[in-house]
Amino acid sequence: MAQIVGFIGTSHVPAIGKAIAQNLQKDSYWKPFFDGFPPVRSWLAQAAPDLIVMFYNDHGLNFFLDKLPTFAVGAAPQYVNTDEGWGIPSLGAFRGYPELSWHIIEQLVADEFDPVSCQEMNVDHAFSIPLALLYPDRMHYPVRVVPICINTVQHPLPSMKRCLALGRSVGRALASWPEAARILVMGTGGLSHQLDGARAGFINRDFDQQCLDALISDPEALQHYSVHELVSLAGTQGVEILNWMAARGALAGGARQVYRNYHIPISNTASAVQVLEPLRQ
Amino acid sequence: MNASIQDIPGTTLFNGREALKGYALNRMCYSFNQAENRAAFLADEASYCRRYHLTPAQRDAVASRNVLTMIAAGGNIYYLAKLGGIFGLNVQDIGAQQTGMSLEAFKEKLVQAGK
Repeated sequence: MAQIVGFIGTSHVPAIGKAIAQNLQKDSYWKPFFDGFPPVRSWLAQAAPDLIVMFYNDHGLNFFLDKLPTFAVGAAPQYVNTDEGWGIPSLGAFRGYPELSWHIIEQLVADEFDPVSCQEMNVDHAFSIPLALLYPDRMHYPVRVVPICINTVQHPLPSMKRCLALGRSVGRALASWPEAARILVMGTGGLSHQLDGARAGFINRDFDQQCLDALISDPEALQHYSVHELVSLAGTQGVEILNWMAARGALAGGARQVYRNYHIPISNTASAVQVLEPLRQ
Repeated sequence: MNASIQDIPGTTLFNGREALKGYALNRMCYSFNQAENRAAFLADEASYCRRYHLTPAQRDAVASRNVLTMIAAGGNIYYLAKLGGIFGLNVQDIGAQQTGMSLEAFKEKLVQAGK
């Protein structure tokens, strides 16, 4: 039987990819961020997942505005990180698990979600950087992956409530997966930041802390925030908390926090990484 | 497109209206995922913009390198970031430009937000 070993939420700022490419992990600007990852990797070594289901958002690599799904599930044997326009070196290719992808898609549709399925899918920094942070031995990823992409680009976006429910449906699929697997669920992006407009550079530490606290044991407490309220409280790109909500939904039931690091700023973003473990039954 | 929702200062929500208005501009920026397209744009910007049927307002916005004007013309920041990348500008450069600050002052504002 499959077992969900935990949840990791992490920021995915493109500049992190550049810092990795330039080996700036010990640089004074970057150190407070990268120092958050050795404890995560220690936990990861003990949790030893062989499968990662990741909720993230595409920023115009795989999906353009010509056809933009609200929810898309990768069902490909492989996902490649290709050039997004600024020439940061690719973080490689990631091995998929199409059989599990289809099992998830079947559960989602049974639960009355309407996902787009993708047998070919490139993955951008929102997918590749988190994995590069967990497995810094570059280009070697000892896991198979299922990417689940949530629209955070073009409004209307799905609600917090809807994303939590989406994650719970995925969690049900994982719980009924008959094969032996150790599954890590991940949500990437955020936390508070705004890239566009005269409000660029907006950060909200208090709201971020409130979200991180609630994600541990009471994610429902965040459900009432409308997307418009999220933009107001966390910035236009702070809406990426939707990915964390979905991932937390997939980690069904109670949880305890293993580790958290929060640092302002990385580029224009309040960065965070959080590790949760399911409570023992 | 809910007009009853109160505006957030300094913020344009990229919704259906903006997506419709900005389609040509964002489509051109999407092409910059390919290095050969970035090179073609640099080699002949005017003809590249024509090829993607930019509106006059979008052409002027691109020519001015002014990100707020590009957003007003329907540009989405994720796509505009690809255009910025051609000129070696990252989101902090773009943030400084939009807020009318020097790059150093904008970066310092972010650092101060962490204190």
